[in-house]
Amino acid sequence: MKKSIIMLIFFLIGIIFGMKSLLGKFIGKVDISLYALYVLLFLVGIGIGGDNRIWKIVKNVNIKIFLVPLSVIIGTLLFVGPLSFFIPGISLRDSLAIVSGFGYYSLSSVLITQLRNETLGVIALLSNITREIVTLLLTPLMVKYFGKLAPIASGGATSMDTTLPIITKFTGKEYAMISVFNGIILTLIVPFLITLILR
Amino acid sequence: MLLVILFLFLGILIGSLLKSKETVINMTDKLIEWFIYIFLFFLGISVGTNEEIAMNFLKLGIQALILTAGAIIGSVIASYFVYKKFFKA
Repeated sequence: MKKSIIMLIFFLIGIIFGMKSLLGKFIGKVDISLYALYVLLFLVGIGIGGDNRIWKIVKNVNIKIFLVPLSVIIGTLLFVGPLSFFIPGISLRDSLAIVSGFGYYSLSSVLITQLRNETLGVIALLSNITREIVTLLLTPLMVKYFGKLAPIASGGATSMDTTLPIITKFTGKEYAMISVFNGIILTLIVPFLITLILR
Repeated sequence: MLLVILFLFLGILIGSLLKSKETVINMTDKLIEWFIYIFLFFLGISVGTNEEIAMNFLKLGIQALILTAGAIIGSVIASYFVYKKFFKA
């Protein structure tokens, strides 16, 4: 949660700088180069590859645990696909790319800004941050009405870190493992899915 | 754009080789964090200077909210079926 707030603060300070054009003339049109994106994905890869938790979980639990991230991906895309036709000004493809961030707003907004444009990058940022916030707020209700997997599905990629504490609190320890697993798998899938959709 | 995925794979490979070196992994996490902070700062500047975005911010926000609502509802429904069928004791 703390990190999310720091990220938002950086974003907001950036907006203020931009509006006051404090750095505007100096930086002009800032474009994070493609090389920076390569470096970021390389680093994200090291983080995923170096994460021990996933192997421990895979060794210890039933194969059905894979159904959780799978249901998140299918549920998200199947529902948003038709929905996108009712949202003016945004295409099916762009909609699917944005929700394929599964709450991983930092990486998804970087990727989408780079692959499309800043406007879509901002929508991706807002949409995926909201996914995290809504999960933090509604976890108790989701568990009550839709079962213990619901907040894990809603949290998406964030179910391995930022939303894990509240999910664990309302679903119990045995679901913490499922939550971490779901988050890791979705985190891994985000860059693939977005790149594939926007290619 | 396939290069993006290539770099990700390269990272995963190197990450799994470095698994035992916790300091390296922790350093990577810190690096990613700062990378993201700086990126978001720049994205903020773009938003602040880009009139198209600034003027349409409300519209973009509403689009984002609808997409989020759809994503959450869709995945919660799907997970509910999986929960009932495979997980509920």
